[in-house]
Amino acid sequence: MAFDKSEVEKVAQLARLHMSESDVDEVAARITDILALIDQMQSVDTESVEPLAHPLDMTQRLRPDVATEPNRRDELQQLAPETEDGLFLVPKVIE
Amino acid sequence: MIEKTVAELYGALNSGEISSVELTQAYLDRINRYNETLNAFITVSDESALSKAKQADALRAKGDSSPLLGIPLAHKDIFCTEGVKTTCGSKILHNFISPYDATVVTRFNDAGAVMLGKTNMDEFAMGSSNETSYFGPVRNPWDTERVPGGSSGGSAAAVAADLCAMATGTDTGGSIRQPAAFCGVTGFKPSYGRISRWGMIAFASSLDQAGPICKSAEDAALMLNAMAGLDTKDSTSADVDVEDYTAGLDNSLEGLRIGLPRQHFAEGLSADVEQAVRDALRVYEKLGAELVDIDLPNNHLSVSAYYVVAPAEASANLSRFDGVRYGYRCEDPVDLEDMYKRTRSEGFGEEVKRRIMVGTYALSAGFYDAYYRKAQKIRRLIKNDFDAAFKDVDIIIGPTSPHTAFKLGAKTDPVAMYLEDIYTIAVNLAGLPGMSVPVGLADGLPVGMHMVASDFAEAKLLNVAHQFQKNTDWHRQRATAFTEGQ
Repeated sequence: MAFDKSEVEKVAQLARLHMSESDVDEVAARITDILALIDQMQSVDTESVEPLAHPLDMTQRLRPDVATEPNRRDELQQLAPETEDGLFLVPKVIE
Repeated sequence: MIEKTVAELYGALNSGEISSVELTQAYLDRINRYNETLNAFITVSDESALSKAKQADALRAKGDSSPLLGIPLAHKDIFCTEGVKTTCGSKILHNFISPYDATVVTRFNDAGAVMLGKTNMDEFAMGSSNETSYFGPVRNPWDTERVPGGSSGGSAAAVAADLCAMATGTDTGGSIRQPAAFCGVTGFKPSYGRISRWGMIAFASSLDQAGPICKSAEDAALMLNAMAGLDTKDSTSADVDVEDYTAGLDNSLEGLRIGLPRQHFAEGLSADVEQAVRDALRVYEKLGAELVDIDLPNNHLSVSAYYVVAPAEASANLSRFDGVRYGYRCEDPVDLEDMYKRTRSEGFGEEVKRRIMVGTYALSAGFYDAYYRKAQKIRRLIKNDFDAAFKDVDIIIGPTSPHTAFKLGAKTDPVAMYLEDIYTIAVNLAGLPGMSVPVGLADGLPVGMHMVASDFAEAKLLNVAHQFQKNTDWHRQRATAFTEGQ
């Protein structure tokens, strides 16, 4: 199946990636090739096969609902591009 | 001294033949000399290494003789290290200094190992040649015009050129085993869940597994002893007892049944690689093992299923890189949407973006059943193939890669690069332990033999590999261009 230009733009929007006009054709061609590889799966009938989500077939472990991590806000916020009064700053969202 | 295995260095440190400070300095000198050529390290932490080595020597003087005490190691730059940059080979994390250590890092610290620095890798571990790193490709010590394999190429090259005694890697589809094969070293991927993933930057969470890259199976056992075990910080960490992985290394292989998958000795395998693996199998026959042809009938679908599962999980994992809390942020964003998009587009490389796109598409409305669910069903078939095979054989052996290391820039087509992992990828989908050991040279380049065991049969795998290495010396071979100073 060909992955066309409009599809590239739609998926790039979902993934929050900027796609420049000059890259779209190249990206579409590469992804079309990858989907052709992936589509080899469709040659096998898996109607009655149970999906395997995870190699251990495990269920999530539970732990007592108590706080185990200390609050390291100041330290962690030092890594952020922009903060103020303990908040992460982003471009203005609401006018 | 620097070419010795961890097990041998342990003896030398204990007898006082060398101190950890001297050993650490010897490796740092080699990194200083050769890293410009090999580009195996992104960060070298020389000061902290020497101070840790000094501590190790002091502990040893007080009678501590832990197996890894004072042994210099390198961590793949995917493991978070407190106070030392962790880039994951990406521009988006080029300035990231983790506020905590990964569990793997903590365990090596507690064992007294000395971290020399962080090794280069394909960006976010997505690649089979180390060419997708933001910090430039690593070069193969056996031929610097060739790739070291990937994604743990920096670790494999560093071990191969004796820039460290041992290194860590991670393996999502072959990223420990294939570079180990290309660089002529021993690489071990344990069962899924055997080693904690906490603090290991996530690529595909149901496939990722850490493991040792080192100079022998015995060293892999020593490293695994330090790395393996339940970690409550990783909810997928397996609650399965940890053995002493060195205890069974010398078990006899008399009566061992080795399965040879017909699909791994078929079209596409280069003749010289096949010859080296067949020669190695003769060594096993002499040790009393029996060779049995087996089938893994769905193996040819493993790459297809993987390129749904891995990108889908990656697209979710990599959504955290948004320029808000850490890492790179684009200049002068006009609004929030612009910030997200330009941060991610400028911060991620082409291959990472391609996989995010494929994964996002596979998970998008209307396509889930055709892609992700279908891939999970194929994953079940692949696991069933292995389960059936292990009813009849103890171990599965084949080539790690269809050929030896290829030239830098030789593979520009992503699909051709994906097919590099045709023999290794199914093992990740099934969650099994696998390893690569050097078994020969073809035109002067190392050949790796791939070995797979059943769930949590790490000790068996290491036993089988160790017996081969006791009877051969392929794991002792070194690239002559980097042997000066031994």
